[in-house]
Amino acid sequence: MNAGLNAAVAPALAPGVKLRFDKVREGWVLLAPERLFVIDEQALDILKLVDGARTLKVIIDDLAERFDAPRDLIETDVVAMLRDLADRGAITL
Amino acid sequence: MSTLEPPLALLAELTHRCPLQCPYCSNPLELDRASGELDTANWIRVLAEAAAIGILQVHFSGGEPTARKDLPAIVRAAAESGLYSNLITSGVLLDERSLATLVEAGLDHAQLSFQDVEPANADRIGGFKGGHRRKLEVARLIKAAGLPLTLNFVVHRQNLERLPQMIALGLDFGAQRIEIAHVQYYGWGLVNRDALLPSRVQLDAATEEVETARLRLKGRLVIDYVVPDYYAARPKACMGGWARRFINITPAGLALPCHAAQSLPGFDFPSVRTHSLADIWQSSPAFLRFRGTEWMAEPCRSCERREIDWGGCRCQAFALTGDAARTDPACALSPDHGVMEAAVAARGGEPPPFRYRRIGAVETA
Repeated sequence: MNAGLNAAVAPALAPGVKLRFDKVREGWVLLAPERLFVIDEQALDILKLVDGARTLKVIIDDLAERFDAPRDLIETDVVAMLRDLADRGAITL
Repeated sequence: MSTLEPPLALLAELTHRCPLQCPYCSNPLELDRASGELDTANWIRVLAEAAAIGILQVHFSGGEPTARKDLPAIVRAAAESGLYSNLITSGVLLDERSLATLVEAGLDHAQLSFQDVEPANADRIGGFKGGHRRKLEVARLIKAAGLPLTLNFVVHRQNLERLPQMIALGLDFGAQRIEIAHVQYYGWGLVNRDALLPSRVQLDAATEEVETARLRLKGRLVIDYVVPDYYAARPKACMGGWARRFINITPAGLALPCHAAQSLPGFDFPSVRTHSLADIWQSSPAFLRFRGTEWMAEPCRSCERREIDWGGCRCQAFALTGDAARTDPACALSPDHGVMEAAVAARGGEPPPFRYRRIGAVETA
């Protein structure tokens, strides 16, 4: 489960990484050292909960309740996205 | 016809002054003088214009950007405009106090360059005695100041065998990112090609080392890797395509689609003193010249990769074929690809002495 991610881990934006609304393109971006990531709505819902305090479990519970969706499905999406951004240096786990 | 996307990043070359003299410097052979540099007020205006047209990140480089006394004011203007700011520095002019001032002004990230891990060789390559020791200290100060840090190593035949120690140094300093960039052979790099170009064996060993380290350090350290064109089968998408993502501004205030574009003949690059960035991006003939795919001849024109690599590098095409509109010779489909193999074959067993980057010191070929 969780592809090795501990539910008690509290994901955070990596140092120097900022979530920002881009007024010109009318969308959200994650600005990181010498790179940037365009964020879609689904990713934004997750990233808004990533603050270094909320645990993975809390984030998944919150989204599952808010979207009235099966917890397993939410968990798969959340873990995949966080792990991908962590591998690219934008998130710490 | 597709609509024009806004640019993503501004490369702000604040000055060509630099205490180092690296023989692969990305600056043009003919360097801008200090007396002609854009002043503080113009830079502040340009940064506001950049944010307004959709630029998200600004990279302060040079020369050595910290040679400018007004750097904190310029960094502050970037932060106030909402731009993500990156300082590309050799570090040798920084100390605890100047770093604190830059952090307070809102600097987001620093990229610190190293010439080697072996101090004597590092100082020899940079042409600056005591530079390496100073950089080690500055890396510590950057971390202590709470700034995210990227270490940058430009690699070539005279330092490549120490790649594992370079990656280890990045880990020691708690860097989040390390950039291993092979020399790109235009301008000063081309002048020094025989002294710098690695062998195929050296390159393959380095590439394997990077790939292994990436797996081992996944989630801890991001390793960006830039390869040299001379052993490639396909060109790189230079600057992500001409005038597609970046605007480069020279110390004197000329706007370029890439930092080497002044090496191309027949261009009249617009100045930010007299043109707005919006006008430059949308309608300057220099930016339109190689944007997109319309300008391409064969083999690029019908190539399925034409919107992947955008024909490669215009400056390299010109430097090696005399025609900026030809396919980059890095591509194996280019009729000029043989010049790459010839350069590799001409590379001697012993590297010749460096021709250091100095104002007014180079003979033009």
